[in-house]
Amino acid sequence: MSAHLQADEDLLDALDRRIVNRLQDGFPICERPFAAVAEELETDEVTLIARVDALLERGVLSRFGPMYHAERLGGGLTLAAMRVAPEDFERVAAQVNAFPEVAHNYERDHELNMWFVLATETPERIPAVIRAIEAATGYAVYDMPKREEFFVGLKFEV
Amino acid sequence: MNAVIEPDPETVLIDAVDRRIILATQGGLPRVAEPYRRIAEQLGLSADEVMARLRRMQQNDVIRRIGAVPNHYKLGFKGNGMSVWDVPDARVRELGHLIGALDFVSHCYHRPRHLPHWPYNLFAMVHGRDRAEVMTKVERISDLLGDAVRGHDVLFSTRILKKTGMRLPVD
Repeated sequence: MSAHLQADEDLLDALDRRIVNRLQDGFPICERPFAAVAEELETDEVTLIARVDALLERGVLSRFGPMYHAERLGGGLTLAAMRVAPEDFERVAAQVNAFPEVAHNYERDHELNMWFVLATETPERIPAVIRAIEAATGYAVYDMPKREEFFVGLKFEV
Repeated sequence: MNAVIEPDPETVLIDAVDRRIILATQGGLPRVAEPYRRIAEQLGLSADEVMARLRRMQQNDVIRRIGAVPNHYKLGFKGNGMSVWDVPDARVRELGHLIGALDFVSHCYHRPRHLPHWPYNLFAMVHGRDRAEVMTKVERISDLLGDAVRGHDVLFSTRILKKTGMRLPVD
């Protein structure tokens, strides 16, 4: 897997790299935003659109568009963790993943070995979903909602 | 970029038209010469109205930003550790801003402890080329925090069990 990923990185040419770096700084709201950014990057609109399409297609970019702020829209969001016995891990993973409210789920190398993000329509739904996951799996869920955010967003320079 | 999130934001900052714009764009912007006009046509609005509403949502911080999110694995950042810190509650804000300002931390949050199993109250995602680089950077955080640290750990992900695009509540 590493070699493959390294190869992907190597496949970015100079223009791709300038695009990846530039588009992390933001995208203008105007009639012809690709034309505006293309001019900055000393390329043209058609080329930029094709490159962005290709970068998304290849998975170098995972998203392109507005990043919405879940809490500002009234939704519930939390990070939760479980301590699952190895022999139960696959069963519990399948049960947890079956909940549509589970957006991401990661196995991590810690006593608390399953970590997932819950996103619900309203903040009040979070405790109900946590209780349902506990009932379905037989394991306790540690709820770790964000109390304060100090920083979000890091530019990955290539 | 540092922002204090109120635990219970009461203000509803968006209306029904904004919600339709959110639904139409949360999967991404169309890659066409006039992407905002394309969205406007889908929704039966004018391009000017879509752009004005996007600008307002950006000003209100409903939109964090418009742009690209790279897959950091594909960019060669293969080490991604969740560093967790046990620091005095009275200093968590001061120390959180200190960590958040570092150029290798992508997210930094205050979260509750779960004693006795989980003593950590400050989370910082640390990115590097590999695990060794992440550990070196975690040591830099440790040095920065000094005596304030009562304990810390780094959790690496060993497997992605689920990853769906997060869909926002707009209905």
